[in-house]
Amino acid sequence: MGRNAENLNQPTISAEHLRLLEKLCNAVAVSGNEGEVRHLVMEQIKPYVHTMQIDALGNLLVYQREERSKPLTVMIAAHMDEVGFMLTSEEDKEEGIFRFELVGGIDPHHLAGKTVQAGKGRHKGVIGCKAIHLTTPEERRSSLSIEGLRVDFGGGGRAKVGDWGTFTTPFQKIGGSVRAKALDNRLGVAIAMELLKYEYPELNLVVAFTVQEEVGLRGAKVAAYALNPDIAVVLDCTPAYDLPLQVEDSFYPLENERYNTRLGRGAAIYLSDRATISDPRLVAHFVRTAEEHQIPYQFRQAGGGSTDAGTIHLQRAGIPTLSISVPGRYLHTSASLARISDWESTLRLVYFALQTLPVDILQSDR
Amino acid sequence: MNTYSLSILLRRLTAPPGLSGYEDSIAQEVEALWKPLVDQVSRNRLGSVIGFRSGRGAAPRPRLMLVAHQDSIGLMVSGIQEGFLRLTEIGGVDHRILPGQLVQIHGKRTLSAVVVQPPPFLLPPEAQGGSVPLPYLWADTGLEESEVRRWVRVGDPVSFARNYLELGSDLVCSPSLDNRASLCALTLCLQELCSRQPVWDVWAVSSTQEEETLGGAVTSGFQIRPDIAVVIDVTHASGPSTPSHKTYPLGRGVTLGWGPTVHPKLYETFKDLAEKLEIPYKMEPMPRYSGTDADRLQTVAEGIPTMVISIPLRYMHTPVEIVSKKDIQRAARLITEFAATIEIGFMDKLRWEETPKT
Repeated sequence: MGRNAENLNQPTISAEHLRLLEKLCNAVAVSGNEGEVRHLVMEQIKPYVHTMQIDALGNLLVYQREERSKPLTVMIAAHMDEVGFMLTSEEDKEEGIFRFELVGGIDPHHLAGKTVQAGKGRHKGVIGCKAIHLTTPEERRSSLSIEGLRVDFGGGGRAKVGDWGTFTTPFQKIGGSVRAKALDNRLGVAIAMELLKYEYPELNLVVAFTVQEEVGLRGAKVAAYALNPDIAVVLDCTPAYDLPLQVEDSFYPLENERYNTRLGRGAAIYLSDRATISDPRLVAHFVRTAEEHQIPYQFRQAGGGSTDAGTIHLQRAGIPTLSISVPGRYLHTSASLARISDWESTLRLVYFALQTLPVDILQSDR
Repeated sequence: MNTYSLSILLRRLTAPPGLSGYEDSIAQEVEALWKPLVDQVSRNRLGSVIGFRSGRGAAPRPRLMLVAHQDSIGLMVSGIQEGFLRLTEIGGVDHRILPGQLVQIHGKRTLSAVVVQPPPFLLPPEAQGGSVPLPYLWADTGLEESEVRRWVRVGDPVSFARNYLELGSDLVCSPSLDNRASLCALTLCLQELCSRQPVWDVWAVSSTQEEETLGGAVTSGFQIRPDIAVVIDVTHASGPSTPSHKTYPLGRGVTLGWGPTVHPKLYETFKDLAEKLEIPYKMEPMPRYSGTDADRLQTVAEGIPTMVISIPLRYMHTPVEIVSKKDIQRAARLITEFAATIEIGFMDKLRWEETPKT
């Protein structure tokens, strides 16, 4: 059953967790079509939880125990969906060529020249690009727009209009890193799954594996209403823009000051983003926890972007919420990259913070 | 002797990266495949693989040279900064297909990496507002800087990650199908010729460095001094947003080149042969040059009558090049029949109308 506190006292990332993440990342779950990941999650967490429900939008709502007997109810949220596309029109039936539209924030620069998969049968196709020989230098200076791109199933596919699709990049472990599609947010999902294996003396744990985050934080909104927690912690994956600066003009800064987060620097604690100001009491508690347990952490730079916290904290009469993310490079592209050490730091930080969450935290000063 | 199916050959021939100038991997594969099929296999001084098969005619026999280039386009490491790699191109690559592309860095170890387009705020103004040019992209191996320095050096070749995919019953998608599709046709031809009795000597050439200098074909041509050269390469297939007047449909046959590069009598011979064999073909007008090995091959030494046969290919010079297996089969059959049936006195037919009779 895995509830043996001695075995599980120190959460770590093992080979087994890597295998689970591989399955989660290779699964296809574009916003609105999260079934594959939901199925995987349910299969895995079943032994550790009391109740699993699937709500009207497709969220998986999990109650770790039957009773809410403890003083605080904490909701963990992790979105299951990933960015991708939908086939919207069949342009050439014989050739199997489709127009498509993006689902979620994919930068169209990352589409051309990739293998993709669409539909329940995972039909393979490609997004091609006219040969360089047939282009002009002016053409190449401008970006490829989605208007000019097509998914090409080579005449043999059984894909159809309405099918969801995404990239085919296989999961790979590279040294201390993992590279895959959809690390945003299968890393968060994997952490939420792991947290369910542990006992928390002072709190009732409820978990929402949410849908449709990438198209506007929709699932989290209704999940928070239904679960009605005192506190919410959102687990997500946040961009690391920690690349070298390529501007040498003295007018510009001399180093990259807008990295958002950096790989290898630990769990990313949110202070504020476009949609949420994190509850300062929760921030303080998580920072204190990280320092006490010597868990690497960093602050995600304040700025744009948002997580499920954006809709959760505004539910009912308000839910104090904090987002914690694993930093990842190249999110929303065919191949994102994260460090296993950051994944582990995030898992450990949330675990210890929940273990030691003061029951009167919401009565303390901000 | 094993004969291999088209699909197996194509899988084997697309697996090695073999970037122009760094072609050992593909050259070795070609040597292995050709060894049982010809009398002699050798590698010439620039790296082309040459297979020789003696004809049945009386010596001195005329020589037929069949050429398909073995090299592939790709990239090269041009700098290393904070563990990120700078890239430059080998052959022509449209930088717009690079962001998010998986590549292999062929350093002291082969490392997998992803090509990265940095966010605009990390780029100088001249690299913003459109597609980001290759000099501003990075490759990220996911390894720490010290590891990267250990395995990678400036100058290491970088190939697209191998990804062979069958689409439906007839189409195949892979990097490097330009020009491994033609090498596959040439290999099928050599397999088939084993049971035929050509009177001419056949010299098969897997030529090097076509994508950069056409250097393999021109040097092999000088070495072999063929009476006739036939170049097999790929041409543009129609697809999304391609101009219809410069492209040919996939799976509907090969193209026969027509223009200054091609000897008109050779064109006629191949056209007649294709019609006789009921092999679908289209004339491909090449008004100035062919863009293949033929352009330099025809001017080797005192000049070589040259023919160009092409297999339509969609999305050329991307990692998702697509060809039709039927078209490869057709190209193979056409050159096989030509080689197997060419008469000992064929060169006498290759006369210009104005050539004085002797």
